[in-house]
Amino acid sequence: MAMLEVKDLKVNYGLIQAIKGISFELNEGEIVALIGANGAGKTTILNTVSGVIPSSAGSIVFEGKDITKISGHKIVSMGMAHIPEGRRVFANLSVYENLKMGAYTRKDKAEIEATLKQVYEYFPRLEERKNQPAGTLSGGEQQMLAMGRALMSKPKLILMDEPSMGLSPLLVKEVFSIIKYCHEIGISILLVEQNAKMALGIADRAYVLETGNITLSGKADAMLENDEVKKAYLGV
Amino acid sequence: MKNLKKSSKDHLITYGILLLVYIVAEILIKTGNMSSLMQGILVPVCVYSLVAIGLNLCVGYLGELSLGHAGFMCVGAFCGAYTTKMLQGTINNEILLFTIALVVGVIMAALFGFLVGIPVLRLKGDYLAIVTLAFGEIIKNIINVLYIAKCSDGMKVAITDGGAIEVDEAIGEMWLVNGAKGINRIPHLSNFTIGMILIFVALFVVFHLVDSRSGRAIMAIRDNRIAAESVGINITKYKMMAFVISAAIAGAGGVLYAHNLSTLTATPTNFGYNMSIMILVFVVLGGMGSFRGSIIAATILTILPEGLRGLADYRMLIYSVLLISMMLFNWAPAAVNWKKKVMASINNKTSKKGQVE
Ligand SMILES: Nc1ncnc2c1ncn2[C@@H]1O[C@H](COP(=O)(O)OP(=O)(O)OP(=O)(O)O)[C@@H](O)[C@H]1O
Ligand SMILES: [Mg+2]
Repeated sequence: MAMLEVKDLKVNYGLIQAIKGISFELNEGEIVALIGANGAGKTTILNTVSGVIPSSAGSIVFEGKDITKISGHKIVSMGMAHIPEGRRVFANLSVYENLKMGAYTRKDKAEIEATLKQVYEYFPRLEERKNQPAGTLSGGEQQMLAMGRALMSKPKLILMDEPSMGLSPLLVKEVFSIIKYCHEIGISILLVEQNAKMALGIADRAYVLETGNITLSGKADAMLENDEVKKAYLGV
Repeated sequence: MKNLKKSSKDHLITYGILLLVYIVAEILIKTGNMSSLMQGILVPVCVYSLVAIGLNLCVGYLGELSLGHAGFMCVGAFCGAYTTKMLQGTINNEILLFTIALVVGVIMAALFGFLVGIPVLRLKGDYLAIVTLAFGEIIKNIINVLYIAKCSDGMKVAITDGGAIEVDEAIGEMWLVNGAKGINRIPHLSNFTIGMILIFVALFVVFHLVDSRSGRAIMAIRDNRIAAESVGINITKYKMMAFVISAAIAGAGGVLYAHNLSTLTATPTNFGYNMSIMILVFVVLGGMGSFRGSIIAATILTILPEGLRGLADYRMLIYSVLLISMMLFNWAPAAVNWKKKVMASINNKTSKKGQVE
């Protein structure tokens, strides 16, 4: 059984149907990429899966439990972390406080310190700036903070919404190497990206989304060779 | 001192300043050096400070605008005064009587905060400002048409039709709430000391709240709602917690206010929209998120117009100049830097002392 199973999911914003009945799945240990043009509905899907916005039809099952109707704050403690689009850090809290907020749902105090140490190891720059208000970090640093904060909840699955958005090529590489690292330590990842080339390069499988429908799915490396994908998303 | 966190040190400074002000004021009163005008204004200063502390929790920490805190103050005032009138004959100890009235007023204000919060705090956006504004006006109007009397054959309640109830004071019957005439002959239980104690308690509550896990959750929601949800914070619960506590503190201010008057009425000047805005001015000028600032602003801006009464025409002019200078003192970069320097040098001195000892 897959770790995350989404079936016939529909999402409406008022009268507009943004997601028109999609199904996909993610197996434990996989990186699954979700690619598509602007406005295709990628963010909407992630927000619905993590419980930030409600669905209007369909089901979402995470580790065998139906989470369709469960509110976002409870889903986090089930082991799913969400890094929202656009580097949403707590601007007035320090870097350290932001990271501590990531462990908000955890009760194991001693182990939280251990996780914090680990996060500082992945992101030494965050440790250097631990007392700085998060709002004054650079864009790249804020993205790292958002990732570090997600790791603080010790997730089994991370939903990432365009982690490379607005970053320099060098930082994009760094972010992807961190994604790879998360994968190596056993975290499953649902990755939404504009940078289709990098996303398909790192993912096991991928789905292509077009205006609320999934139009293509399959192995990521096969997609890199697919003519339609090449034309539409890889700019070849 | 050195091991204390920066925030707890800051709290201690606030408590210290308050205690000092209290002692100085008491000495001035006891030695006959305070004019009766000033003495009369001490309790109102405490009242506005309390409501401003409550509102600051809502605006500065929760990041939600409330334009109806005078409404919660009004609920506290009327429920508190009503309780006192009901129990006046049965309980003779004044402190006990006031404490019971306080508990009732605070609980009722909290309850109204909860009721207003249920529909509004689930929404995103500035709905709270609109709904609280309406709430403040509605509550005032309801009280103005509410008639409750204690008669020989039991309690009588009427809405709008006060004439339907006959009260014969000669046989011990009395009005508890008499429509627009409000509540009469409230025992004068408030005083400066009680006001200061209430401020201390309110500060104790809000300081503990903002330093706690719940407080961090509240600030996280203010900073970024989506991120807060994504780390597992129950948004509605913590918004509600902050808002209800905020309303409760405003209610405490109301109870103090009511027992400082012999006749309590709900008029546009004391519980209306203008009052809510005035409290908001205290909060904004004192600095969002600074409870000490709220108290200072409430104090200066309450004392000053009274002190300037003699100047008649120039009063509002000086008042506005003062508003502007306070704004500059709080927000102008030069003033902010200067304050930082002063704070840093104070901190240095205290920590050096700690090393020597
Ligand atoms: N809050 C909202 N209210 C109404 N419509 C919305 C809302 N949020 C998104 N939409 C619409 O839903 C559709 C999907 O939006 P979504 O943000 O999911 O796209 P996306 O694939 O993440 O795009 P991008 O790559 O630009 O981030 C768009 O047409 C968008 O305009
Ligand atoms: Mg998006």
